[in-house]
Amino acid sequence: MTARTRTSNRLLLVRFCALGYLAVILIAPVTLIFWRAFEHGVHPFWAAISNPIATHALRLTVEVTLIAVPLNTAFGILCALAIVRHRIPGMGLINAFVDLPLALSPVVVGLALYLLYGRDGWFGHWLTTHGVRVLFALPAMVLATIFVSLPFVVREVVPVLREIGTDQEEAASTLGASSLTTFRRITLPAIRWAIAYGVVLTAARSLGEFGAVSIVSGGIAGRTQTLTQYVQASYENFDQTGAYAASVLLALLAITTLLAMTVMRHGDRRA
Amino acid sequence: MAIAARNVTKRFGDFVALDDVSIEVKSGSLTALLGPSGGGKSTLLRVIAGLERPDSGQVFISGKEATALAPQKRGVGFVFQHYAPFTHMTVFDNIAFGLTIRRRPKAEIEKRVEELIELVQLPGLGKRYPSQLSGGQRQRMALARALAAEPEVLLLDEPFGALDARVRKELREWLLRLHERTHVTTIFVTHDQEEALELADEVVVMNAGRVEQVAPPRTLYDEPANAFVMSFVGPVNRLGDTWVRPHDIEIRAEPNGSTSEAQVLRIIRLGFETRVELVREDGEHLHVQLTRDEAEQLELARGDIVYVRTRRERTFSTASA
Amino acid sequence: MSQLAVEVARVPRARRRALGAPTLGSGIALGYLSVIVLVPLAAVAAKAASGGWHHFWQVAWNPEARAALELTFELAGAVVAINAVTGTAIAWTLVRDDFHGKRLVNAIIDLPFALPTIVAGLTLLALYGPTGDLGVDVAYTRWGVLMALLFVTLPFVVRAVQPTLLELDREMEEAAASLGAGRFATFRRIVFPHLLPALLSGVALAFARAIGEFGAVILIAGNLPFKTEVASLYVFEHINSDDPTGASALAVLMLVVSLGVLLVIGALRRWATRHDR
Repeated sequence: MTARTRTSNRLLLVRFCALGYLAVILIAPVTLIFWRAFEHGVHPFWAAISNPIATHALRLTVEVTLIAVPLNTAFGILCALAIVRHRIPGMGLINAFVDLPLALSPVVVGLALYLLYGRDGWFGHWLTTHGVRVLFALPAMVLATIFVSLPFVVREVVPVLREIGTDQEEAASTLGASSLTTFRRITLPAIRWAIAYGVVLTAARSLGEFGAVSIVSGGIAGRTQTLTQYVQASYENFDQTGAYAASVLLALLAITTLLAMTVMRHGDRRA
Repeated sequence: MAIAARNVTKRFGDFVALDDVSIEVKSGSLTALLGPSGGGKSTLLRVIAGLERPDSGQVFISGKEATALAPQKRGVGFVFQHYAPFTHMTVFDNIAFGLTIRRRPKAEIEKRVEELIELVQLPGLGKRYPSQLSGGQRQRMALARALAAEPEVLLLDEPFGALDARVRKELREWLLRLHERTHVTTIFVTHDQEEALELADEVVVMNAGRVEQVAPPRTLYDEPANAFVMSFVGPVNRLGDTWVRPHDIEIRAEPNGSTSEAQVLRIIRLGFETRVELVREDGEHLHVQLTRDEAEQLELARGDIVYVRTRRERTFSTASA
Repeated sequence: MSQLAVEVARVPRARRRALGAPTLGSGIALGYLSVIVLVPLAAVAAKAASGGWHHFWQVAWNPEARAALELTFELAGAVVAINAVTGTAIAWTLVRDDFHGKRLVNAIIDLPFALPTIVAGLTLLALYGPTGDLGVDVAYTRWGVLMALLFVTLPFVVRAVQPTLLELDREMEEAAASLGAGRFATFRRIVFPHLLPALLSGVALAFARAIGEFGAVILIAGNLPFKTEVASLYVFEHINSDDPTGASALAVLMLVVSLGVLLVIGALRRWATRHDR
């Protein structure tokens, strides 16, 4: 039996190191959010998140997400179709730019929008002349959020599209279905779980966006401040409870995202 | 005695894979473990190799107890059903692996690997990768790899299962010749009774985790120990407790004292052999196998009434079925 | 985490059909991509290039910028090295080991993906900063920034290695054992070569993330130039102090690194599948 116990000991050591690392880097900090938020009781927590500035921040964040997600979903489906089904010159490059938001710093995104829509930006003059506010207003925040959450639907749908192949779609067209009908009745049902995953990931990313939005929104409390910016502002104003309370909210959203993904994976497998 | 397993039992959860199994394999022999899927043959092979640890029982290799030994130390060569090639290494490196691990000098490794490449007939393919070989070539590479470190025992787990019929036949002959050359004690697992009967010196028939019979192929066929062995090893007619081989049923045009009446239902002509399906008076169906000449002599046609008699039969009480 | 869309579709020529409406869709998608991604990034490149090559290097190579870049690459390198080891260990534990709560552990690995970066930064500061209960204070130090980066890059290597480890043919390891290889030799010669491409992909993504991380770092770093000011903080500061040119110079470099990483990952994917049956 010695050979077996030796192997198990090795595995135990790896397990111990892995879990220890996780505890220090991940588990302890996340647990602390909840601890600190409720440190002084439920009432201060509740007060912190129900004050008008916090509720506005939450509403604004949700608003931006509700705009960004459908747009990115529509784009994601079209883009995935373009990548998998149609041969467009420069496909590799397009692929790379779709994935870029995953590898790019959010401050570069913020800077880019600043350079386009700022006072001295490419469109700055035109916008001022026509009295349109993009920067430090909702439009810029939406653009920034769309940029950073762009890839998720595409990445989820592309492999599924590739896997199902064109057989069914070809069969449908030989039976007389137009392209739109084929898409609606054949393609769409096949990719619905992929879309669902993509939507959840896009939403999570949008709700949690901070860096790019910080640059383009101005962060005016009660006006252009998202929930993530509220966390930072509260902390810098020594409102610890406020910062942690908002953090708890965001953490709960994150956990809900993970739960949704897990539940959907179950449903997907059974389907 | 090259290999012995004594009272080996192995469970996977509730499933009993091996139930008090004991076998002995003679040194230098070619032995088959034959049986249906799930019967325990692969499990027994893996227990002998040390890839599974038995719940109880002992394993002996070359007279020494090996039950607690890790597979690295047992001196067995194992060939997997799907060959388990090291896909990231060349054919040469695959075959050389056992020697590389043992830190043999480079010159020795090269010589031995070249010998083996010649032995298994893969000339000039040393620099290729497994993904560039055909199924049969990969199988031969797997064999060479297992033989490289000169194991005392060679274990083959359904070695030809993943190949198409023609390649399988070729490799069977080839394995036989290889064994004649190297005389390494070899055990192979198969569910194909033709393969077992063709190749093995001795066959161990296993079913549901138990050994049904151990015998040379001829004995297995002519004197099966029970109904299971008889029906597994070849086609058979069952008439209550009596079991008869299709070629042991005689068809006559005229009755004599010991025949019973039957009607011809179907005649299938397969080149040299003709198969006839009959139904007896008492409703029992019979499948008979005749040579082409015998069938022609009788001038059989559908619907004919003929008279049948068994030449040899075996009786097993229902308990053993 | 599904694959990057970087793989180009390998649909055989004969089967490709251009359908009417979808070509319009492709156009819309392309237009959308341009407006959202391509044009803004072009603006950054243009700003950095305005004033010419020489001016660009002057701006990008001033002491503060150079310090920020050096620090950023140093930290990213350290993060990546640590993640290569710990990520593989965690993936190994999740695939080969079994214990109560394993499924929970598997689920929380993705938490750094889902959690907003500012929240991550806040909690790390709370735990390992001046008010922390553990007596450890790394706020306003490089160690603090390192920890923040380790948090956000945690899932990359794990999720890259995990599927490869799952798919690994156990028979290869058994074959190696039957041929005399011990546990470590088997890992080194058989398992690791198969994990390497996935590991490198995870490492590349982690690297890109570490280079650009902002939200998790901003609170704990305190943004002290030459000490804890990483590239992203440098860019942020220079936008705020109305120096878009300075910001753009570094931003372009970060952009180039990001693109480079994606190219590397694409190449790794092709390399990984070269031995497939």
